[in-house]
Amino acid sequence: MSAAMRAPAGEHAALLEVRDLRVEFPTRRGVLRALDGVGFTIARGEVLGVVGESGAGKSLTGAAIIGLLEPPGRIAGGEIRLDGTRIDNLPQRAMRQVRGKRIGAIFQDPLTTLNPLLSIGRQLIETIRTHLPLSEGEARERAIRWLEEVGIPAARQRIDAYPHEFSGGMRQRVVIALALCAEPELVVADEPTTALDVSIQAQIIALLKRLAAEHGTAVMLVTHDMGVIAETCDRVAVMYAGRIAEIGPVREVVKHPSHPYTVGLMGSIPALDRKVARLTQIDGAMPRLSAIPSGCAFNPRCPKAMAVCREAKPELRPAGATLAACHLYGAAHV
Amino acid sequence: MLEAVEVTRLFDVSRPFLARLMAGEAKRMLRAVDGASFAIRRGTTLSLVGESGCGKSTMARMAVGLYAPSAGAMRFEGRELSSARRDAGLRRRMNMIFQDPYASLNPRWRVRDIVAEPIRAFRLARGSAVAERVAELLVQVGLSPADGQKYPHEFSGGQRQRVSIARALASEPEFLVCDEPTSALDVSVQAQILNLMKGLQERLNLTYLFISHNLAVVRHMSDRLGVMYLGRIVEIGPAEAIFSKPQHPYTRLLLEAIPDLEMVGRARTPVGGEVPSPISPPPGCTFHPRCPLAREQCRAERPAVTRVGDVEVACHAVAQGWG
Repeated sequence: MSAAMRAPAGEHAALLEVRDLRVEFPTRRGVLRALDGVGFTIARGEVLGVVGESGAGKSLTGAAIIGLLEPPGRIAGGEIRLDGTRIDNLPQRAMRQVRGKRIGAIFQDPLTTLNPLLSIGRQLIETIRTHLPLSEGEARERAIRWLEEVGIPAARQRIDAYPHEFSGGMRQRVVIALALCAEPELVVADEPTTALDVSIQAQIIALLKRLAAEHGTAVMLVTHDMGVIAETCDRVAVMYAGRIAEIGPVREVVKHPSHPYTVGLMGSIPALDRKVARLTQIDGAMPRLSAIPSGCAFNPRCPKAMAVCREAKPELRPAGATLAACHLYGAAHV
Repeated sequence: MLEAVEVTRLFDVSRPFLARLMAGEAKRMLRAVDGASFAIRRGTTLSLVGESGCGKSTMARMAVGLYAPSAGAMRFEGRELSSARRDAGLRRRMNMIFQDPYASLNPRWRVRDIVAEPIRAFRLARGSAVAERVAELLVQVGLSPADGQKYPHEFSGGQRQRVSIARALASEPEFLVCDEPTSALDVSVQAQILNLMKGLQERLNLTYLFISHNLAVVRHMSDRLGVMYLGRIVEIGPAEAIFSKPQHPYTRLLLEAIPDLEMVGRARTPVGGEVPSPISPPPGCTFHPRCPLAREQCRAERPAVTRVGDVEVACHAVAQGWG
């Protein structure tokens, strides 16, 4: 809550560092590689957006970081470091300590995140007491403070209410309180506003942004809504078929995208302030995991595909003010 | 072409009869749509926007006659829709595209049978002409005739929505109701479907009633726009006029609330509150608990419709100029 903790992105060393992350799903017909060499960093107090269409691997990246990959999915390579320490190879028990205390998680559907059989106060107090050395009474006071902070009216009266007594927007506020109450350093928010109406969505985004700034929490915001990203994030990573296609400051990625996929993606979003006769469309659809094209996975849909795109996987290289994984930028061959 | 006059639709949400009798409760009615009026001209698109529970989908269903209005009238070319439904000739001329392309296609039918069903049902073709027509429709929506052999699960979401559109077009309709046709799709695929729908409209002179919660999509698609709140149309008029100068406080709130690419790093001032329950809506103007302009009159009287240019607005503040 101290303003001193508010620091501009980049000044501090990275809090979260993901390097060359690979996630695989062994199946009867061979191993599917769902994430293939994903790497990025998030600094304290920074909001990193991760966008992409369904199946791009954005939620999977979030799940890998919080250590909640659904088996048979497994981390097959790479590293995840939180403040310098590796967390991708921790045993279950130790990871459970990290998750909750140091990493908070917010999921899409607030109804399935909350336990319907416990009052919201019970859930908050339990979470607080698991991670912080507080008495029952102190934890309860803190829970009330958190509910007030996330904007639940009459928090003191409503703390003993059950999840079903709240509306969708209010429930998502409770979930945010639950994710933040142990004062984690990193919050992974997976589509936190997708299930909500626009006017509520605006309230939740503003809340998340304010809390992250006030507490110096790093946020990884996974969503498919570019509008949300544009408004909330400092930097954004665009994912396609299990890889990062482009990453950079949000303004640059939105206004001057480098990767042809990002260009297409931005053009296909209908704008509010102007009307165009036809939206830019990217023909085709994202490939299935079992049939990822060789070379750059985007090459069959890319208007600028060259021979090299079918042969070599492009690495992230400087392209304008962003980094793009595209053969159009930098040396063609590795 | 389609006209809604003061239509209202109630749903009975009372507890079961016996339980209600024991508890001595009155019947509880939910007003999904409350006195909404609009008209759509041939070859144009009217969009209805609003948040969940505002009655958009109920309105869509009434527009094709799947629900009958509890009060008021729904007319298709001047004929009462409730009687027109019995007329197969009229029924053929309207169709619907649904939101979820995973739920609206029969998983056990091949695509060619799905698309042929309306053709057979209305006896529009027989024998080998059916297959020809199906192939033609599939090409029209950007699929290949060979795709008719496949089952719905073999297609992606966007392609399934193309199949739904082919089926909706099979009866050669003039009027299509599209209930959130792209909200289940990814943006790049959404762009493909929106472009397809616009192209078809121009080529076939279709009339659309387009239902969506996504204002940017609506702006792209519509000629006219209606904004709904708790079952009422609070503002209706030419889409461009509403987007450039929204009158009703709710419309302004909605436009303000949308995250947009242009708003990089914008600090927003979110408006509080949520949509109240339509079972017991607030008296007077239903928006007054969230409205920054609300006065005593708004809590007591339901606002009448005022015209501002081409736009019709139901708001005391706009009518009396303290907005």
